Amino acid sequence: MIVRWVAVAALIVGAAVFPAFAGKYPVKLLQEILIWGIFAMSLDLLMGYAGMVSLGHSAFFGVGGYVAALALLKSPGVASGLLLPAAAAALAALVIGYFSIRVSGVYFIMLTLAFSQMFYAVTFQAAWLGAEDGIVGVPRLNALGLDTAKPLAFHLYLVVLIAVGALALFRIVRSPFGRVLRGIHENEARMEAVGYAVDRYKLLAFVIAGTVAGVAGSLYTQFVGSITPDAFLWTTSGEALLMVIIGGTGTLAGSMLGAAAFILLQSLVSSYTERWMLILGLTFILLVLFAPGGVVGALRGRVGIRS
Amino acid sequence: MPFLLDLFAQALNGLSYGVLLFLLSVGLTLIFGMLDVVNLAHGSFYMLGAYAGLTLIAASGSFWLALAVAPLVVGVIGVLIERSCLRPLYWRGPLDQVLLTFGLIYLFEDLVKWIWGGRIRSIPPPDLFSGSVTLWGATVPSYRMFVIAFGLVMAMVLWLLIERTRLGAIIRAGVFDSEMAAGMGINVDRVFTGVFAFGAGLAGLSGVIAGPIQSAQPPMGATILVPALIVVVVGGLGSLKGSLVGSLIIGQAETFGKAWLPGASMLIIYLVMALVLLLRPQGLFGRALK
Amino acid sequence: MTPPPLLAITALTRTFGALSALAGVSLSVTPKTRHAVIGPNGAGKTTLFNVITGQVPPSAGHVLFEGRLVTGLSPHAVARRGISRSFQRTNLFPKLTVLENLRLAAAADGRGSWSLFGRVDRLRAPFERATETAEAIGLRDRLPATAGTLSYGEQRQLEVGVALATRPKLLLLDEPTAGMSPEETQRMTRMLEGLPREVTLLIIEHDMDVVGSLADRVTVLHYGEVLTEGTFDHVKRDPRVYEVYLGSA
Repeated sequence: MIVRWVAVAALIVGAAVFPAFAGKYPVKLLQEILIWGIFAMSLDLLMGYAGMVSLGHSAFFGVGGYVAALALLKSPGVASGLLLPAAAAALAALVIGYFSIRVSGVYFIMLTLAFSQMFYAVTFQAAWLGAEDGIVGVPRLNALGLDTAKPLAFHLYLVVLIAVGALALFRIVRSPFGRVLRGIHENEARMEAVGYAVDRYKLLAFVIAGTVAGVAGSLYTQFVGSITPDAFLWTTSGEALLMVIIGGTGTLAGSMLGAAAFILLQSLVSSYTERWMLILGLTFILLVLFAPGGVVGALRGRVGIRS
Repeated sequence: MPFLLDLFAQALNGLSYGVLLFLLSVGLTLIFGMLDVVNLAHGSFYMLGAYAGLTLIAASGSFWLALAVAPLVVGVIGVLIERSCLRPLYWRGPLDQVLLTFGLIYLFEDLVKWIWGGRIRSIPPPDLFSGSVTLWGATVPSYRMFVIAFGLVMAMVLWLLIERTRLGAIIRAGVFDSEMAAGMGINVDRVFTGVFAFGAGLAGLSGVIAGPIQSAQPPMGATILVPALIVVVVGGLGSLKGSLVGSLIIGQAETFGKAWLPGASMLIIYLVMALVLLLRPQGLFGRALK
Repeated sequence: MTPPPLLAITALTRTFGALSALAGVSLSVTPKTRHAVIGPNGAGKTTLFNVITGQVPPSAGHVLFEGRLVTGLSPHAVARRGISRSFQRTNLFPKLTVLENLRLAAAADGRGSWSLFGRVDRLRAPFERATETAEAIGLRDRLPATAGTLSYGEQRQLEVGVALATRPKLLLLDEPTAGMSPEETQRMTRMLEGLPREVTLLIIEHDMDVVGSLADRVTVLHYGEVLTEGTFDHVKRDPRVYEVYLGSA
């Protein structure tokens, strides 16, 4: 138990001091991994714990990203960078969740996909949102004495925020609420029969996941300095889905590993060849065929770690 | 009456686009609705059909040859994919299938980019239909009329297949019950491969036909997948009638949307799908859920 | 003077197209009694349970529980009113432990389940209830085992246990001894006999020995209608009941 806490602390500290002994490009890579990692973790909460497979999670990533962009251009404070995007994403998740949870299985996948594509359609064609080019020139957060325009400040801000988010998710998953989600995933009908208002729990899970995704999106905007409609594409949701599956669904930590694997692979392969998509695709195919349970699953099997 | 003429011309455009969606969605609804397999790479078959068509036309100079052969090529690729990648996953559930078929999307898109290059390649219509025709005052490319007529023929052929053959009877039952089929003396593995290859071939056929209208480019597979999925959902998983009606609706909705509400054209089909899913989650002709 | 019925079913009808699964069933369950529902397959017994628990809406008729209408409520609302149910086909949480299976059921009515950052082991009540229930169903020493690894008989016991853990006023048991060996059936019967009388039982059963041991009152269903009702001895001697079972053999 203590070992785990020490390991987690070491990881967080390691991530925080990484710029001290690594160049600009690796640091950027780490930041990208952290952002996509928390995005994927929020999807894992939905998929691996509540059993709701969504292909529309990019909707909240995009909402967070766009709201952050618009707000930061007006005023680079905490409200713009964090609170407004989170609130907007939570609201979007509440509305979309309310309608989507009425259906399940493949229809749920389709409906969530439709909603995220709607956002894509709107932002792609809306001139005031920059249309195809999106919103550019977004300034970094500057509040509470912290000027994240400075690379080191931004890095620490990012690491701390994501660490807090990840720890919160870990806590939620182990909470009584998390147990209910697991029960719903295992046997939804029995949970209903025993007296749980299943739809309400699912909606809360959806909103939590959406809010975290929104924060990830706003961090992404601050990371890149811009946001485009592509954030809403179903393929964006798909990539997050891949990260979750690669790392192992229902493990939370696996999603961060999956994000790392995906991004590192992409970066590594693309530096050697233009054919990185081909190699990535092939890797997924081979992974599924020969290593089910994802990376964490394979590790668990090999080292015998029990969660 | 220029307005009515404009309406008519747009309706014809919507019809020809609808045919493309129809051919694509029939395969998807069979694979998705009948075999219960999530194949996100279905759009890739469409793309491969277009590029196979491109190459065959370039090699032989004959559109008709391409039309006949390209679907077969895609069908064979479908067989290979099903046998090697998908068959081990049937009992592993949708998540693994999503991951694998997503990998296939990446693989095929990049393969195509590698072999044919990333820029848009235009595909010429056959000489027979390279002109335009005037119908009740509206001038449309004759190729579009060909597409519409072809779609009608294909719809009838498929209808005959579903209504008049034993395999069609099984498909009509809506759920492919492997045990029941095996009891009827049917080789289940072969049926799965056959249906999958058939669906892939239809998608490839759609791709060849789409060539002269939409041109060929690597992202075309991922782009057309969403409208095709919408057609399947609106029409109802596993329903041929649903694919037909759904593709007509979505074809018209998207075309008229582009013409009349260009600022919201993309939004319309998603609204249609969301509406159908909320009011009638099983689709217009799908089996009732629960 | 009999006390007012705990469960009062009036003219309950449920049709599926042309098929009448229930055709005007009326039935009353007296509190603190054990009431059995028997009848050949297809008589509508499980449909009756499905309508009572809100999984399936009735086509006509209504169900009153403690004098209040429960027809039209969703399954979780019916459970909250105090009606719990076990299933004919074992319906557990296979990857979770026996303890967790029971704890989840025990925690269903508590506000604690909405706690996002709390700790599960801080909520003692569900754990205690779960352990008590495990004791009552004879699975006390199997608490740490994963439900999926239990023997069939143990799983059927847990099946009843999960429904019991919600501390219901009325417990619906759908063929609790289905598929059990004679020894397992005996064990189940003893377990059910040992349940506190505060929990009213409504049991669907095929095994007449079990019905004979447990039931204070028996209702016989046939083709969705009540054929006859009375004590087990009374029903046993009714020639029509004999015919109905023989005829469907």
